[in-house]
Amino acid sequence: MTLLISLVAAVICTVIWYKNAPDNTLRVDLLCWMYWGASLMWLADAIFEFAELKEEYFAPAPKDMLNDTFLGLSVVVLGLVIWMVILLIKDPKGVIKKALLRKND
Amino acid sequence: MGCFLVPAAEAIVTTVVTKIVEKKEAATDNAAPAGAANSEAAAAVKIPFSRKLKWLRNLLWGGVVLLLFEHIWHGEVVPWFPFLTAMSDPEDASAMLREMSTVGVTMAVIVTLVWVGMLIVSSMVEKQASKAPAKI
Repeated sequence: MTLLISLVAAVICTVIWYKNAPDNTLRVDLLCWMYWGASLMWLADAIFEFAELKEEYFAPAPKDMLNDTFLGLSVVVLGLVIWMVILLIKDPKGVIKKALLRKND
Repeated sequence: MGCFLVPAAEAIVTTVVTKIVEKKEAATDNAAPAGAANSEAAAAVKIPFSRKLKWLRNLLWGGVVLLLFEHIWHGEVVPWFPFLTAMSDPEDASAMLREMSTVGVTMAVIVTLVWVGMLIVSSMVEKQASKAPAKI
């Protein structure tokens, strides 16, 4: 489930990146690298788990599936938080700088 | 258990190699003679190797960060020494090393193979781009 969720996130981010290319101001590529990297690594994990569990791999216990779903969603949110922090630090549009230097308010 | 440590080690090595290659490329660019305008067109379609290495570095670090979170989630990584819960028991430690040598190595190999695939595709694109001006 974690692999599935991270793969869906990777595909969505890649589509967004492709749609906006060559403009990469919002650094969506960072999200693509993170989610694809994690998906490939979990794919290796899944291969070994499948080799061990065979068909049981596709019928996980509801409790495990719920935990994996929660983990997958948390991973996606963590990726978004990391991306947002990098974006705010790099501030490619200069929004933070302008907001801090504004005299009013 | 500690499978993500193998791609993490590869990520560290890739980061160091990327820095070295970047420095070498910058030195080569500075040392190029002024009349090297002919090679400029070729360089325009040639992607620097440091940029290609960054693709691997980004894939590895991205995956390692998210897998580190997964290991914290499962209680396999803790913020105190020895950081890996499996290290406190010799039996668990040997299971961890076995997992690193199987799952961890496979993780690193899969990511590297995908990167090699990206290199093949990019070199094909570079070749096509270098041929295109000649046709005009």
